[in-house]
Amino acid sequence: MALPDGTRERLSEIVARYPQPRSALLPMLHLVQAEEGYVTPDGLALCAEMLGLSTAEAAAVSSFYTMYQRRPAGEFHIGVCINPLCGILGGDAIWAALSEHLGIGHDEVTPDGKFSLERIECQAACTHAPVMTANWEYLDQMTVESAKGVVDKIRAGEPVQSTRGPVVRSFRDTERTVAGFDDGLADEGGGADALMLAGLNRAKELGQAAPEPKRG
Amino acid sequence: MALTPVITAHWDEPDSHTMAGYKRHAGYTGLSAALAKTPDEVIGIVKDSGLRGRGGAGFPTGLKWSFVPQGDGKPHYLVVNADESEPGACKDIPIMLANPHALVEGVLITAYAIRASHAFIYIRGEVPHAIRRVMAAVRDAYAAGYAGKNVLGSGFDIEIVVHSGAGAYICGEETALLDSLEGLRGQPRLKPPFPATAGLYAAPTVINNVETICNIPTIINNGVDWFRSFGTEKSPGFKVFAVSGHVNRPGIYEAPLGITMRELLEHAGGVREGREVKFWLPGGSSVPMLTAEHLDTPLTYEDIAAAGSMLGTGTPMVFDETTSVVRAVTGWLEFYKHESCGKCTPCREGTYWIVDVLKRFRAGKGTPEDLPKLEEICAQIFGRSFCALGDAAATPFPAAMKYFASEFADGTRAAANDLFDPVAATIFSGVAS
Amino acid sequence: MTVTTNSDTNVPAVPADSVTVTVDGRAVSVPKGSLVIRAAEVLGIEIPRFCDHPLLEPVAACRMCLVEIAGQPKPQPACAVTVTDGMAVLTQAGSAMAEAAQRGVLEFLLINHPLDCPVCDKGGECPLQNQSLSHGRGESRFDGVKRTFEKPISVSAQVLLDRERCVSCARCTRFADEIAGDPFISLQERGAKQQVGIGDESSGSYFSGNVIQICPVGALTSARYRFRTRPFDLVSVTTTCEHCAAGCELRTDYRRGTIMRRQAGDAPAVNEEWNCDKGRFAFTYVNQGRLSGPLVRDAAGDLVAASWPEAIAIAAAGLASAAGRVGVLTGGRLSDDDALTYSRFARAVLKTDDVDFRARTASAEEADFLAVHVAGTGLGVTYADLESAPAVLLVDFEPEDESPIVYLRLRKAVRTGRTRILAVAPFTSDGLAKLSGTLFRAAPGEQPAVLDRLASDESTGLRQSGAVILVGERLAGVVGGLTAVARLATATGARLAWVPRRAGERGALDAGLLPGLLPGGRPLTDATARAEIAAVWAINAADLPTTVGRDLGAQVAAVHQHQADLSDGIETEAPIGAWLIAGVGPEDLPDPTAFLAAVAAVPFVVSLETRHTEITALADVVLPVAAIPERAGSFTNWEGRVGSFSTVLSGTGALTDARVLTVLAEELGTRLGGSNEPDADWAGARRAMESVTANAATQPGKGQALLTGWRQLIDAGTLQEGEPFLAATARPAVARISAATATNLGLAAGSEVTVSAGNGQITLPWVPADLPDAVVWLPLNSADSAVRSAFGAAGTAGAIVGLSSGGAA
Ligand SMILES: Cc1cc2nc3c(=O)[nH]c(=O)nc-3n(C[C@H](O)[C@H](O)[C@H](O)COP(=O)(O)O)c2cc1C
Ligand code: SF4
Ligand code: FES
Repeated sequence: MALPDGTRERLSEIVARYPQPRSALLPMLHLVQAEEGYVTPDGLALCAEMLGLSTAEAAAVSSFYTMYQRRPAGEFHIGVCINPLCGILGGDAIWAALSEHLGIGHDEVTPDGKFSLERIECQAACTHAPVMTANWEYLDQMTVESAKGVVDKIRAGEPVQSTRGPVVRSFRDTERTVAGFDDGLADEGGGADALMLAGLNRAKELGQAAPEPKRG
Repeated sequence: MALTPVITAHWDEPDSHTMAGYKRHAGYTGLSAALAKTPDEVIGIVKDSGLRGRGGAGFPTGLKWSFVPQGDGKPHYLVVNADESEPGACKDIPIMLANPHALVEGVLITAYAIRASHAFIYIRGEVPHAIRRVMAAVRDAYAAGYAGKNVLGSGFDIEIVVHSGAGAYICGEETALLDSLEGLRGQPRLKPPFPATAGLYAAPTVINNVETICNIPTIINNGVDWFRSFGTEKSPGFKVFAVSGHVNRPGIYEAPLGITMRELLEHAGGVREGREVKFWLPGGSSVPMLTAEHLDTPLTYEDIAAAGSMLGTGTPMVFDETTSVVRAVTGWLEFYKHESCGKCTPCREGTYWIVDVLKRFRAGKGTPEDLPKLEEICAQIFGRSFCALGDAAATPFPAAMKYFASEFADGTRAAANDLFDPVAATIFSGVAS
Repeated sequence: MTVTTNSDTNVPAVPADSVTVTVDGRAVSVPKGSLVIRAAEVLGIEIPRFCDHPLLEPVAACRMCLVEIAGQPKPQPACAVTVTDGMAVLTQAGSAMAEAAQRGVLEFLLINHPLDCPVCDKGGECPLQNQSLSHGRGESRFDGVKRTFEKPISVSAQVLLDRERCVSCARCTRFADEIAGDPFISLQERGAKQQVGIGDESSGSYFSGNVIQICPVGALTSARYRFRTRPFDLVSVTTTCEHCAAGCELRTDYRRGTIMRRQAGDAPAVNEEWNCDKGRFAFTYVNQGRLSGPLVRDAAGDLVAASWPEAIAIAAAGLASAAGRVGVLTGGRLSDDDALTYSRFARAVLKTDDVDFRARTASAEEADFLAVHVAGTGLGVTYADLESAPAVLLVDFEPEDESPIVYLRLRKAVRTGRTRILAVAPFTSDGLAKLSGTLFRAAPGEQPAVLDRLASDESTGLRQSGAVILVGERLAGVVGGLTAVARLATATGARLAWVPRRAGERGALDAGLLPGLLPGGRPLTDATARAEIAAVWAINAADLPTTVGRDLGAQVAAVHQHQADLSDGIETEAPIGAWLIAGVGPEDLPDPTAFLAAVAAVPFVVSLETRHTEITALADVVLPVAAIPERAGSFTNWEGRVGSFSTVLSGTGALTDARVLTVLAEELGTRLGGSNEPDADWAGARRAMESVTANAATQPGKGQALLTGWRQLIDAGTLQEGEPFLAATARPAVARISAATATNLGLAAGSEVTVSAGNGQITLPWVPADLPDAVVWLPLNSADSAVRSAFGAAGTAGAIVGLSSGGAA
């Protein structure tokens, strides 16, 4: 198998986290994406072999989940939330603009392999609508212009800072994180942003707080 | 009603997500307090607190824990549902970003109470930063002796595994989540058996939402009376509300259950200048929409139910009159069609069909006969699908028809985007090119 | 459930743990834990269903069976809800809620289902079609675009899938996962895109054909049957499978003299509703290489066509001239009645005890074992016993290959968590792994020692009541093996059953086609036994032979000895003056070449056969007989259960063996009137088995190994001829050796190994297995691994063979 050296060992590390090996399958497939850029047939077969599954069983799982790519994802996998709240608040417009700007549609990759584009569903960030993601890192409260700006920056090789997270890294690097391998970036992105603090700030403004418990 | 930050109380400290930041405010003291009690005492406290699950269904948490058979010689498992994927729900991810140690401490106490020695935190895969922060918090908890073997010398052993999903809303449904966590397709399981008796690896399992678990340390630390001083008899406690949509200050607002939507809206700065609330959904796209006439309804499980909707995840989405209901409903149905797991016929085929018809309305090409047909299709799904996703999919259209039938009638002659300028509905309408 | 019977009145009492429910107002008592849908069935109330299957775990996915249950606000799936006492169920017949729910689900199922019933194989026997006709709307309200798929995809060479017809009931995938243990298909994708899909593995399942049968629509079809006929043009006949000793009940469908398909019958005690792909698809052999009429050898030595009277006369004359020196060899494929007729013909007409049905590796120790422990013992260990056994030990028996329904039943037992499988075998086969079995590894020849160790092992569970030992026919090739098995059974108290491969073996044994054995397990040397049989056959007891005859091996040896004597110039009378041979496949014998040489040497050979074989080519008279589908009869399976079959292909004019023998007997002056078969099995004493001491272990030298192997289910067997789709699913022939052995030979992964013995060699890709070192496993009769014909006598199990890197013999 043409998987990078050490892939099997890293997959075994994932298996070792669980009381029952098969539980490791989802993170293992994330790791395959980290190694290969998508779920390659070889990677799928290796996971199946390591867990004693048929390839039909392994493919049954990988094809169920939308994060698993069936062909190489772009180095920067761009998502635009088109779920109604984001969509109505601007996501649909951002989607149309980005699709045109990149010249690709849903689930397509730019010829240079730099970008892939996906219409994504709700990212649990509705307070921050309209939301876009680059390799799944949040880019909040986007406008058509700021969205185009993000891809232009990436194209120019400039770092893009997630609004609630680290500087956006490659698809494969992020997939390694999602597979559960520590990247040391947990402290990046700092504390809560203004929207997450909206209530706390307002409470402080109004001098409101939760009652203290009676101790004794 | 006043805001009452508890879980969010210290988020304005830049290191709120770290061990140091958490411990600065009595972090992990709840754990020590719990370990000094028997597991059954801990369950008793949570039962008495009346805490109801924050994942959407509002099931009493202590009661759920008490279903786990004790002394059965089997391993027990705790699984945290951090799959937050319900459209409109955006409270668990912020908690994990800003306060992951509250989750970890809650996990430790809960696992102790239900006598689990293994806990899993199932986080949706698309949120790498939340995954990082929870992984780091777990790592630090191990380092501090709060997790692992013989926690704080108590003899209690606990392993915590942070697990990533891979993109499937259905995995938020608790039994689908278990299948997914076992490395299978995330399709719901038949009940019975219920997870409390045969869940993960067919062993007794408790599944709780992130926010639910984050309530536990505060309840242990501050007591049942304190907790019950918030909210109502049937909906005790406080809630992390996340307000989104056409409001001036969207964001996280923590307040007692029972605050009205009008009050919450006021905290959130109201709808945009010169606009009015057209419709709002109390907690996710799966609950029926309400209108401006319901703004004074207290946000409790019972009051919202009486108003014809559900509190759900407690994350209100607010839309003003620039919004096309037809467009919103069609979008939600496209979501349910995309996320239907495929297992049962009504949901799999019904969403396929509804979307086909609704798209015609969105394009202004519906026919009058299609409307009763759509209502029937929804009725053919509701209550007949395998899991609640099907019911959810059958909810938006009938709810919208209740208040906005004329807009669907308009969908027989004009496209949604011609009736409602989509630019006007964007929040950057003043900015966009 | 405990069924207690009131012996005074013969009215079954209500079982203690039953509950009473009403369905549409009618009360019924059913065992606790029953599903609502089953309770309704008891009352004859049909609730429509697609995903439900009584032998699969409930999934409640299709939602077709929704019913109203009093007190429940929503309709409930009858296929998944268990009854409770006093439950009131209303079906579509009595509940508007249920009726509406079912109508809605049916409408949903049809929106994406193509309207191609007129060209669909399932048309006419399709639950979806039937439901739509009886309960559906005349016209679809769906006016969108239906889901389409590229069509069809091959699930296996035999099974094709048209995905657009699939209703996602998951019966097929659940069958593969739960029943067969071969997840060769799985549901892929999700939501409306969900579809059944396959993986990359080439080796298929032996049970894939079952999915065609349980598909409730026409999504899964048979490559052989596809588009060939309509169900209503077919005539169905219940038959018993001729391919192995499992004894499956089948339903054979034919049209105008041609078998169109075979399906599993519904036999809860035996194959439940399943069968294997060989039984399902291997029926085209009936038309392969058939004899068209009797043949006789002419003066020039050529076989030429003859009339029946002419051929019978010549056969009778030849047999008569060899009186007292005739051997009867019958193989393992005869029907019960034919076997009895041969037994009778040998003893009563030819007055010989030189009989043997074992056209395979055999031994005197085995004959002794069979006579003492198996012959004429009636129904012994059953499939149900396997299902409830605490432990089942398999000895030289690979159920998946050698008796697939035993494998399925063991898997079912294992899935309940009650049953533990143990195996004395050379390695952990896939089949054993799928049974979560424990291996007690034995190199060829080591079986007796391993069995003796098990006899003193307290941890095996074999001492628990209900434990079973299943021994395969291959153990006959191990000196002392069957002795050790009998010893283990005595030591542990476990019940013992013998599972041969061929469908006719147990019947032939019960018929007494072994030296020294009369029908029903009667010892030939016992005067009472002889008298009982003489009475049944209406002959004088004094006319029965009294001395024990020679088995096949002894007869062949005698013929060769005689030939050797002749070439040494020693003239004696031929020890075998004539052979009457029926249905023997030389490729099954330990030394096919030696056997064929003996056939050539025996002065007069009569062959009763269905087809041209190497034996008919050497015979003096060839008498064609009917193939199984052309006649009625029965087989006795390994349990001792009789399964009958009726004529499928009538009017062929082909005669049964029994009929031919009757005519032949008449020509020889004996009328075979009355009955062949005694009413009862032998009730007299059985002797103790003679103890045979195991051989000392053989040590292969450098570059050598001990040979082991068995026949794979789908292989080069003659009854599988003419079915390319089936053949394409055969597991590829590979040689198995331990990793250490491969290293010693310097074999690279994925390379080939050459096994040589006698004058032959076999070169195959090797794969590692947990075999003992210096042991090589080969499939015995696969396309690239015809061990018997390649190695001859040098290729029996346990023989030392050469082993070298592929091609470098
Ligand atoms: C389709 C569907 C999606 C769900 N998604 C989530 C989710 O993302 N997070 C969550 O906590 N509960 C979700 N739930 C609810 C869970 O099934 C379950 O009720 C909850 O996790 C229990 O935790 P709680 O008692 O703490 O609320 C979902 C339910 C359904 C039917
Ligand atoms: S309602 Fe049915 S198809 Fe939909 S998600 Fe639940 S089980 Fe799957
Ligand atoms: S038969 Fe009951 S749901 Fe399918």
